[in-house]
Amino acid sequence: MKSVGKIIGVNGNMVTVEVAGAVSMNEVGYILVDDKKLKSEVIRILGNSCQMQVFEMTKGIKVGDGVEFSNELLAVELGPGLLKQVYDGLQNPLPELAEAAGFFLERGIYLKALDRDVDWDFTPIAKVGDSVEKADALGSVPEGPFTHEIMVPFSLLKKYTVKSIKGAGKYKVDDVIAELEDEKGNIIPVKMFFEWPVKRAIDCYEERLKPTKPMVTKVRLVDTFLPVALGGTYCIPGPFGAGKTVLQQVTSKNAEVDIVIVAACGERAGEVVETLKEFPELIDPKTGNSLMERTVIICNTSSMPVASREASVYTAVTIAEYYRQMGLNILLLADSTSRWAQAMREMSGRLEEIPGEEAFPAYLESVIAGFYERAGIVRLKNGKEGSVTIGGTVSPAGGNFEEPVTQATLKVVGAFHGLSRERSDARKYPAIDPMDSWSKYPSVLAKDAVSYARNILFRGGEIEAMMKVVGEEGTAIEDYIIYLKADFLDAVYLQQNSFDPIDAAVIVDRQKHVFKYILEIMGAEFSFKDKNDARSYFNSLRQEFIDYNGVEWQSEEFLKHEKAMVDILNSKKIGLESRANELLQAGV
Amino acid sequence: MRKVYSKIETISGNVISVRATDVQYGELAMVSTTYGDTLAEVIKLDRDLVSMQVFAGGRGIATNDEVRFLGNPMRVSFSDNLMGRIFDGSGKPRDNGPELTDNLITIGGPSVNPSKRIIPRNMIRTGIPMIDLFNTLVESQKLPIFSVSGEPYNQLLSRIAMQAEVDLIILGGMGLKYDDYLFFKEELENGGAMSRTIMFVHTASDPIVESLMVPDISLAVAEKFALQGKKVLVLLTDMTNFADAMKEIAITQEQVPSNRGYPGDLYSQLASRYEKAVDFEGSGSITILGVTTMPGDDVTHPVPDNTGYITEGQYYLKNGRIEPFGSLSRLKQQVNDKTREDHRAIMDGMIKLYAAYKSSLEKKSMGFNMSAWDDKLLKYGEQFEKGMMDLSVNIPLEKALDLGWEIMASCFEKEETGLKTDLINRYWPKGL
Repeated sequence: MKSVGKIIGVNGNMVTVEVAGAVSMNEVGYILVDDKKLKSEVIRILGNSCQMQVFEMTKGIKVGDGVEFSNELLAVELGPGLLKQVYDGLQNPLPELAEAAGFFLERGIYLKALDRDVDWDFTPIAKVGDSVEKADALGSVPEGPFTHEIMVPFSLLKKYTVKSIKGAGKYKVDDVIAELEDEKGNIIPVKMFFEWPVKRAIDCYEERLKPTKPMVTKVRLVDTFLPVALGGTYCIPGPFGAGKTVLQQVTSKNAEVDIVIVAACGERAGEVVETLKEFPELIDPKTGNSLMERTVIICNTSSMPVASREASVYTAVTIAEYYRQMGLNILLLADSTSRWAQAMREMSGRLEEIPGEEAFPAYLESVIAGFYERAGIVRLKNGKEGSVTIGGTVSPAGGNFEEPVTQATLKVVGAFHGLSRERSDARKYPAIDPMDSWSKYPSVLAKDAVSYARNILFRGGEIEAMMKVVGEEGTAIEDYIIYLKADFLDAVYLQQNSFDPIDAAVIVDRQKHVFKYILEIMGAEFSFKDKNDARSYFNSLRQEFIDYNGVEWQSEEFLKHEKAMVDILNSKKIGLESRANELLQAGV
Repeated sequence: MRKVYSKIETISGNVISVRATDVQYGELAMVSTTYGDTLAEVIKLDRDLVSMQVFAGGRGIATNDEVRFLGNPMRVSFSDNLMGRIFDGSGKPRDNGPELTDNLITIGGPSVNPSKRIIPRNMIRTGIPMIDLFNTLVESQKLPIFSVSGEPYNQLLSRIAMQAEVDLIILGGMGLKYDDYLFFKEELENGGAMSRTIMFVHTASDPIVESLMVPDISLAVAEKFALQGKKVLVLLTDMTNFADAMKEIAITQEQVPSNRGYPGDLYSQLASRYEKAVDFEGSGSITILGVTTMPGDDVTHPVPDNTGYITEGQYYLKNGRIEPFGSLSRLKQQVNDKTREDHRAIMDGMIKLYAAYKSSLEKKSMGFNMSAWDDKLLKYGEQFEKGMMDLSVNIPLEKALDLGWEIMASCFEKEETGLKTDLINRYWPKGL
């Protein structure tokens, strides 16, 4: 039985409604204003009235306007046709919306998330008489480069017998493709899609596994020093202008996963549009097709209504979990989770809740933890493994990592890629601070070799700090060389030019290959006349190495530059430190 | 005939409330006081209690003053007659010209569907190397100038406005000092730009609520012109005053304050204005340049901090110069690959060296011996500041690029620049 209500108050994007009948928390309702219906969600219930956040502008609403409740929670449609789509936070397809409404996002227009007119090539997997339960595959359809499984809806909680199933052929998402019978003899028709409430995690798997396999991003600094794992979580906090969005864009193009979901959450439309227009043009090296074929974009920019910004990360993660059920590896990039947290803060303020730290709601930490915990690598019932990896950017006020959103995020993620203003000011990109950042996941390279190089980086940093106090002349030449080594490592390996087509994405094989030289240079013993000699040596070595980084892997040019680089290296090298030698023998 | 209410229940600061029914959220009301009529906007409905912010402020309002609801939200007249005119924050003429009432458009409309946007692609040349070379301004960009009181930010704003190739300039002034208002007026008149300019100005002594309207009015008008195919440049100064006006109203309303007393929706409020910057597919564009003054030069203050996360970069004006650190144009890569092949390399390379110069300078100030490398950097830094950073420099981008190579060549060996060898071979000045 659906309830109805009427408006008794309006305050910003929150309305108070007097309800006749029952309502549930997070239920969706529509406010009737003029001839439009504005989507809203119940966020607090008080006796026979409730407060709702409106996913649209609230201008023009009057006291006394009617409200229709839907008896349903905020949900997304799951089925074939999600890939390639550009949705807003409520899963409205934006390009179709533009066709319906033009340049502007007129309120009160809601379109179906999945196209009802597309024919899909269905092949049955289950047979009549099979016993099935939620998430079991009934059939499959090809979707882009993937085989999309048509599953028993996750909301069907019992055991069922397949009563009938359609033969191979073309069907639309709305067609009934099978009938299931429960133990009591009730018949449940199943279509190629179903709905799932966004705020509930999908957990149709046997076991959650520990994330240990690397998720290659082709960013050297990340893969080698600060790795991410399939099914893991990581966060990128940084002040504005430090390069969060560019880093995410580079990762979304190059990460070695099956599907990428980009959730632009309260971000600049100007930057989102880059992704929107660029992805269809880019070629996925794996399939040779458009990169968009394996991408879903959830786009709720900063000027779109705040409540749907709050919903957008949930919409994104639910779609990610859905594809994970097919044994695929999904990367969800959320930019920025701070904007999402701010949306929560806005609503909390309107509800006049007692504010927590920096006026964020008291439940901030548990909500953030709940979101990141939806990542994971899982073993499915059929033995396949699927994963959802979540990478979230954080935009801390004033670039201060002590603030609540960063701190709550750091508690629950497996890797921390902190961006630094100092590095971005000096145009050292990606501006991830190699000292402050950390990762709990294994590197694609040998652990000991990586920590050897990282140690030089640390010592170089210490020496640099000391030099600021005692000056260059007060520093021993041995220390000065370590400082130069660290500076060299930073310049040729940690920094990467995201606008250079070759340097932007570096495969693991190349990272390994190049890292052997890095290790050799880090462990080399040199003979220099003086500090100036040392500096100019490292300048030439760096110059050659940068050119070497910019040429095609294993091309003729590559080998030429490699030889030139090795020649420079050997010109002043007189030995190799024993630990470095051991590591080189063991292989990186 | 609309009903007249003559019992004002509460008056608190600029916010008044009456008991009334059939009132829309966001609707305008006319309040008639002994000191004249003023508009008010509905900001909260609670059963039959209607709260409004009064444009002219709460001062002098009597509990028996008359309130009449108008049945529509805030609107502004839109036509070519706006050109060359100056209005205040409620759309009334400031320039002795006639009041405009035809073709009213609603302000604060919905945002543009991101899928209908096009990637910004046109550089806006300014002749300022710190902009053109290092942080190129792009048509449809939204960019603030971060600065502190006393800096020549309004001068910079008007210089960019005068030199930028646009069809129309809309100036939105919030809490503008009267002198600054006159400065803009004179600059635009003397530069012959007044005929393609529209000004909506709220000065420091005008009622605070009117300041809140200025960005929305300016942008609504800009949007209409852009949809007619015009390239519009919107100048907003000063957005910190706008945010402070919001803070004042929010506190009067007893809203739960967020950071440093600003309302919890500061980010969304600023964003809904800045996001009006757009390049319409098959039509015109809106570029927004704003001024955000930073109290105490503190970039972590909520207004510049939130602004930085919304806008596509910022120009950081300090000591009369655009600082290379802290300044950023996020859209520059959309255009600087089409200018000259060495543009990006010079842009990054020179800043890396300037960062190194800064640390040499620090060493020097601490009294350490300078190495040969430090001496080179010191020479470089001085030339960079003189040739590139000085705001009086007015040269086209190509000249600035050549100057960049000259400065580097006069200070360094080739391999000390960190630039790729093939570029050096092509552009390193001959004979050096």
